Amino acid sequence: MSRSDPPLWRFHGGLKLSGHKSESTGLPVTEPPLPQRLILPLQQHIGRPAEPCVSVGTRVLKGQLLAAADGYISASLHAPTSGLVESIEMRPIPHPSGLSAPSVVLRSDGEDQWIDGLTDQDSAPLDAIALRHRVRAAGIVGLGGAAFPAAVKLNPGPQRILEQLILNGAECEPYISCDDMLMRERAADILSGAGLLCRALGVARCLIGIEDNKPEALAALEAALAASPNPGVEVRRVPTIYPTGGEKQLIRVLTGKEVPAHGIPAEIGIVCHNVGTALAVHEAMTLGRPLISRYITVTGQGVATPRNLEVRFGTPVSELVAACGGYTERADRLIIGGPMMGFALATDEVPVVKGSNCILVASNQELPQPGPVMPCIRCGACTEVCPAGLLPQQLYWYARARDFDKVQDYSVFDCIECGCCATVCPSRIPLVQYYRYAKTAIWAQEREKEKADLARQRHQFRLERQDREKNERAARMSKKRAALEVSDTGSDSKKAAIEAALARARAKKAGVRSDASSTAAPESARIPETADDRARTEKP
Amino acid sequence: MRFKTASTPHLSSPDTVSILMRRVLWALIPGTAVLTAFFGIGVLSNLVLAITLCLTFESASLALRHRPLRPFLSDYSVVVTAWLLAVALPPLSPWWLIAVAAGFAVVVAKHLYGGLGYNPFNPAMVGYVVVLIAYPAELTSWVAPLGLNGPPPTMEALASVLGGGAAEWDGATAATVLDLVRTETGRGRMLSEITMLPVFGWFGGRGWEWANLAFLAGGLWLLQRGVIQWQIPAGMLASLCLLSGVFWMVDPEGFATPLFHVIGGATLLGAFFIATDPVSAATTPRGRILYGMGIGILTYVIRAWGGYPDGVAFAVLLMNAVAPTLDYYTQPRVFGHGER
Ligand code: SF4
Ligand code: SF4
Repeated sequence: MSRSDPPLWRFHGGLKLSGHKSESTGLPVTEPPLPQRLILPLQQHIGRPAEPCVSVGTRVLKGQLLAAADGYISASLHAPTSGLVESIEMRPIPHPSGLSAPSVVLRSDGEDQWIDGLTDQDSAPLDAIALRHRVRAAGIVGLGGAAFPAAVKLNPGPQRILEQLILNGAECEPYISCDDMLMRERAADILSGAGLLCRALGVARCLIGIEDNKPEALAALEAALAASPNPGVEVRRVPTIYPTGGEKQLIRVLTGKEVPAHGIPAEIGIVCHNVGTALAVHEAMTLGRPLISRYITVTGQGVATPRNLEVRFGTPVSELVAACGGYTERADRLIIGGPMMGFALATDEVPVVKGSNCILVASNQELPQPGPVMPCIRCGACTEVCPAGLLPQQLYWYARARDFDKVQDYSVFDCIECGCCATVCPSRIPLVQYYRYAKTAIWAQEREKEKADLARQRHQFRLERQDREKNERAARMSKKRAALEVSDTGSDSKKAAIEAALARARAKKAGVRSDASSTAAPESARIPETADDRARTEKP
Repeated sequence: MRFKTASTPHLSSPDTVSILMRRVLWALIPGTAVLTAFFGIGVLSNLVLAITLCLTFESASLALRHRPLRPFLSDYSVVVTAWLLAVALPPLSPWWLIAVAAGFAVVVAKHLYGGLGYNPFNPAMVGYVVVLIAYPAELTSWVAPLGLNGPPPTMEALASVLGGGAAEWDGATAATVLDLVRTETGRGRMLSEITMLPVFGWFGGRGWEWANLAFLAGGLWLLQRGVIQWQIPAGMLASLCLLSGVFWMVDPEGFATPLFHVIGGATLLGAFFIATDPVSAATTPRGRILYGMGIGILTYVIRAWGGYPDGVAFAVLLMNAVAPTLDYYTQPRVFGHGER
């Protein structure tokens, strides 16, 4: 690179991991064959599940709305191809729990016919609000893995002053290369999307952070930037240290600022989006296309030809692997995501969703099953690598002892579950599992407490109301008596009758509600000992 | 197709407790070899006896506690304990002395507290201190370095190890240099005079000075391999140098030089191999610096004014006791929490 690199900051800890990216970057990105059936879970994002707006038997076209966002934090879902809605039913989803969730099952008709009127949109540049609306209508979520509705992140609230957009092209987890390929192949479109995001946010500055193990992607973006110069946009090469791709870590590296604990980047004037999200925004604005596909890496020694694919959501994992030459004999574990934060699945009969970025079929050699768990020897290796600056072995100690106050004192909720600590632990302790367990248990406790508080409040109200009613009755009786005495059938008694009726109605309603609240059983919480147990206790 | 599942993360570094402990053993070899070269076969007899006895005690304790033998014996932690005991005790120590030390180290200090990972005190140092208090005479008379005070220990001497001990064998012994410095300065002799005695070498005790340098080499290798971190040795050596430097500058005839304190006695062995025992040390980065500094200061105080020739063992045990407190008050700053 010709220009001198601007200063970068660093975060504590982290790991230098071997990238294993080249395995899957040798071949250009292609589309797998059109699957016969697409399974589209209604909740592929953080927030409320989308509300289906088609019914079984509806014929839909590619890009047509299948389910609409339900509420502010939610995302719409569109048909990835044309076909028939075969059913709307529970289907296994790619989730560590192995659970099923309501999904639209779409049988493709093989025509792959786009819905009309996508591009017929007014060409005048949209303002921020219109842009946000269109991002929302296109069902775009963060494509870095978290799948948070992108439109929400574009609306930081009136009182926040934003300074810059950061595009995350770090892709720090080993094996995953979909963003790398995206930047190599679609650099100009990513820059266009970055411009649109800047417009929606009302900022002029955009930093694009890319780890230095992706020289081709860096070169492609620099070239695209040279071709259409934009003084506000800068491509920055950042050192390859896991987890630089974590939002808070990347912001720290690029700007030196720390997002406050439990806060969001907008509090320090920054909004961070993934490069894939920028591309999706570009497609939605310039082509009118909703989010129906993405780049996904299929890699690992368990796959015959590792490569990247452009995949329609809803395609079963098994078909993706088949499109990459199928499984090899060494296939041992199936991981959705990378080896650090991805979760292992027992079956490949699940669809890929908006948040899926990698299918890793690992052999036992590349990801050996850990040996026996030994006691913690307090070696401190975990502390050395924790990017959140925590004391993982203390957290482990208290989580194991179920001392949840102490776990919170040691900031368990600042743990980003990056897995650095467990990776280096010489005693092979599944540390992250303990933190998840502690978080889940604390959430459960808080829910219980809220419920209990609510019940107590209701009980209080009820007592007060009964009191009040007694007084009211007494007052009415005396009034009636008084009325009889003066034998005046005026407006007063009528009012009292109405009031009494209202009170009865209120009493009935309140009674029903307090009954309902007492039926919920407390959730049991226990220490997970195996992966399966963990999955069950995990927060869905 | 069905797949195996496991919890995240799926990557793990190849280092296990067993590998770390084996690295510590590798790093102990040069120092031990130098000790053997200077003090003879007695160092090796210590080693064989200590390892055998410690393994026996460990197996018995594990069996009594109904713990599986294989994973815990193959973690090598007990061998490290045994090895440290062997080099801390005077060469040609009789078997019963080693047995008492090993018993206290493994059974009391380690297993009564819950075994690997749960012992608040460094097992080897507990064993050592118990015999130091119980049998001070045996502990302070070291075999003289080879070539000093007569012939090297022979097979006859070795046989005494299995009998009553050095008392039966009237071979050459000599006080350790630290002991000499303490007792002789106590008698008002000048340091410059004392250090002319034949047990003194170039900077410290003859023999021990080279062994200490070899232990330093092993320790630096451990640092480089990431088995130990720099904070504890650095804290310990810095505070020891600083304190001894101040007193030496005030009264060079009454107090030994910082160099003597670092190279003499068991300082470097202690700094890199004993104080760095992770289980009983502080674990936060800043806590470890303080912990190391505490050991350095206490070592100096005990050496200069205490009743025992070397203070490393006591200093380590005293600091073990405050390690949890240090950890509590030196928690690192959590990301996004502002300055503490
Ligand atoms: S890395 Fe493992 S053994 Fe070491 S202190 Fe952390 S939890 Fe304990
Ligand atoms: S998983 Fe949590 S505790 Fe472990 S290194 Fe990452 S942030 Fe720290």
